[in-house]
Amino acid sequence: MKTTTVTRREFIRLTGLGSAALALGYYLPAAGRPAHILKVEAAENLGIELNAFIFIESSGKITIMNHRSEMGQGAFQVVPQMIAEELEVSLDEINIIFAPGSQTKYGSQVTGGSSTVRGAWRHLMRMGATAREMLIEAAARKWKVNADECYAENATVIHRATGRKATYGELATDAAKLEPPKNVKLKNRSEYKIVGKPLPRQDTPLKVNGTAVFGLDKKLPGMLYAAVERNPRFLGKVKSYDDSAARTVPGVKHVFKVQMDVFSHKREGVAVVADTLWAALEGKKALRIEWDDNGFEHYGTDQLFSLMHNSLGQPGLTQKAAGNFDAYFSKASRKLEAVYETPYQAHACLEPLNCIAHFKGNSCEIWGPIQAPDWIQSDIAMKFGLKPENVTVNMTFLGGGFGRKAFTDYTYEAVAISKEINAPVQVVWTREDDLTQGPFRPGAVYECKAGLTQQGRISAFQVKMAAQNLNHQWPGADTESYNDSTTEGLPEPYLNTIPHYRFADIPLASPIPVMWWRSVYSSTNAFAFESFIDELARAAGKDPLEFRKQHLPDERHRLLIDRLMEVSNWKQRGQNSGYGAAVTECFQSIVGEVVKVSRKADGKIKIDKVWAVMDCGWYVNPDIIRAQVEGSIVMALGAALKHATLFNEGKAVQRNYDTYKMPRINEIPDIEVHIMENDERPGGVGEPGLPPLAPALTNALYDLTGKRIRKLPFNLEEF
Amino acid sequence: MAQYSLTVNNKTYQIEADARMPLLWVIREIIGLTGTKYGCGIAQCGACTVHLNGNPVRSCSIPVSAANNQKIITIEGLSADNSHPVQQAWIMEQVPQCGYCQSGQILAAAHLLSRNPNPTDADIDRAMMGHICRCGTYPRIRKAIKTAARLMQQKASVK
Repeated sequence: MKTTTVTRREFIRLTGLGSAALALGYYLPAAGRPAHILKVEAAENLGIELNAFIFIESSGKITIMNHRSEMGQGAFQVVPQMIAEELEVSLDEINIIFAPGSQTKYGSQVTGGSSTVRGAWRHLMRMGATAREMLIEAAARKWKVNADECYAENATVIHRATGRKATYGELATDAAKLEPPKNVKLKNRSEYKIVGKPLPRQDTPLKVNGTAVFGLDKKLPGMLYAAVERNPRFLGKVKSYDDSAARTVPGVKHVFKVQMDVFSHKREGVAVVADTLWAALEGKKALRIEWDDNGFEHYGTDQLFSLMHNSLGQPGLTQKAAGNFDAYFSKASRKLEAVYETPYQAHACLEPLNCIAHFKGNSCEIWGPIQAPDWIQSDIAMKFGLKPENVTVNMTFLGGGFGRKAFTDYTYEAVAISKEINAPVQVVWTREDDLTQGPFRPGAVYECKAGLTQQGRISAFQVKMAAQNLNHQWPGADTESYNDSTTEGLPEPYLNTIPHYRFADIPLASPIPVMWWRSVYSSTNAFAFESFIDELARAAGKDPLEFRKQHLPDERHRLLIDRLMEVSNWKQRGQNSGYGAAVTECFQSIVGEVVKVSRKADGKIKIDKVWAVMDCGWYVNPDIIRAQVEGSIVMALGAALKHATLFNEGKAVQRNYDTYKMPRINEIPDIEVHIMENDERPGGVGEPGLPPLAPALTNALYDLTGKRIRKLPFNLEEF
Repeated sequence: MAQYSLTVNNKTYQIEADARMPLLWVIREIIGLTGTKYGCGIAQCGACTVHLNGNPVRSCSIPVSAANNQKIITIEGLSADNSHPVQQAWIMEQVPQCGYCQSGQILAAAHLLSRNPNPTDADIDRAMMGHICRCGTYPRIRKAIKTAARLMQQKASVK
């Protein structure tokens, strides 16, 4: 895509920061090369686009721009927390704003893959340090002393010998005249005042009194509202519609057919635009639409899973292999085989999808709960023939995201409707629209086979996954390509200790749209991997956690398992309870979980406790990590026990929370989260806590009852 | 369309609306208080909870005609400065993640504590099980309700 320069004027327009004296950003020249820290003015002269993050005004106001979306995972807190550490300011002294979406300015803004910290921590901290050094240098020159005689603290530069002080606000104009230093020294971890501390989130006060602005809360002057009745079948079209009743609803202004791209297909529906949301919703209910549902399969859940089960005889597309699985499996002293199944699921964010678009001919502005502002900028620019710099994408707070709000269908649809009516419009999805239209987490079937040596070690291991491949949905995709996420969730050292292995997938072709769902394929793969490892440990007559330790001999995994044993009192676990464990790895973090279950006096099984140990390496905010692991465990409990999206004749069956059941407060066990302390590179936090829960739970139920669960979701009441 | 009089957060509004229009949309779209959220529209998730004459109700499932001349408190009316003990406890325990459900959770917790200053776990389950949190903040909600109970008792003993 063409790169253009952000001028200072444009910058002010985008940010509203008219009086910024010192404005710094970073520039990533090419993959693998270090980032340059530059002043905004210098970048303008060089024609370079910056990732702009720090603004200091002469009034002393400091603003940090957060380029990542906030959907609950804490980016709103941890991005400024990293910058503020090196800048030497406290979080109370700064103002945090969301950056508008721009593919050329902020690097990747797609908030997915648990990547906010692990992707940008060095750039962010170097930028904070660069600004600090410039402010110190400005003070030193003013006082005619050496910069190394001065230090910064609480947004103030201090001359050590005389105690002389100058605030950042007083120094910002002079600092802006200096060249940013090329090499700045970053602090040692022992010197951190902010990073690594459980500081309260800056967005919490806004979220306890109703002032946080989510997508649905945003209003524009003159804005209309739209509700869309979309074909309940995924590839269906609108044959005809009768809008006579809809048009009699007071406030309804327009009714027309609308299309939106869903990967390589078009989803069709009829939009009702009105001057109030209520009128748009009432108008939508009054529509009479005849759908054209010819030309594609109207699958039901049973057929889809039959197709997956029946395909397991095929060799599949190999992602990773070593040695000779077939040969060593056939001569193994002990062989095991098992098939596992996980369902299609909806993201079910509590804030249903919505988006405001204002298409103005040569430009377009968008507001909404958006995980991928830079993708949306380029998607809208390409599809509506606009220059990317004329497409402004504004992020509100997100009422949940989990991958669903990283897709571009709902934003495209809003722009198409705005273009048709030539006015700003907010498109509101009902809960039913949100749960039935997808994209969903793909359902999957796993065939696992393994051989054990006489000493009880895994000699041969094979997993074949039958499931839709997310990548195969895009226009022009190579549908013969293997799924590169077939091993996602598996702790890496298994690939060193198992001599003969093969991981392959058999892609399912289906019209059902599928998308990233918190922890993506790890969320389903891990159920197969860690259930099967447990079955192998039992077959080998080994303690399940000792068996894992034997196959994960590197220090990081060994220490994590030791900690998990220690906190769960694993070795002293009693006979009256069931204990199950699982260890998974994704997005560069390792998580181990132990679940304890027991049978109560009323005969029912209760989940008593979950212990989790997270190793995400270097980290920013331990309280946010604990919150994310707690939340991941609750979401995984729902996914294992409460809900699935079923299909009947090509339509999603579960339309609202009465049938798409959610875990409730009374069903949540005590959860204890521990964090490993080490200096490994930072890993993801928002997702890796989810995958181990389901297998740890079913392994615990096996431990208690001897009954093995190989299909999710399952009903705990039936034990 | 008909005329209605609603007292929201101690302020009286004269509004005109379709009799069937849910109170939720009246509060959000006509009165303009957006702290009350839409989650499901069928009284399953609790995000739209407000106090109607002191009792928590699902505003998505109450037509405006049934709220005429009634007293309504929304999250904005609990306290604007986060001084209510439940809001303080929510901050102390760092409950919210995405935050979308929390207006409803907080109003449910405030009502529980107004009737039961020292709730047990079972009391908390009964009062809160109608509220979905997709982020899974339930363990912290439970902890924060106990913290709020303590804050309220401290406040009472100071008086």
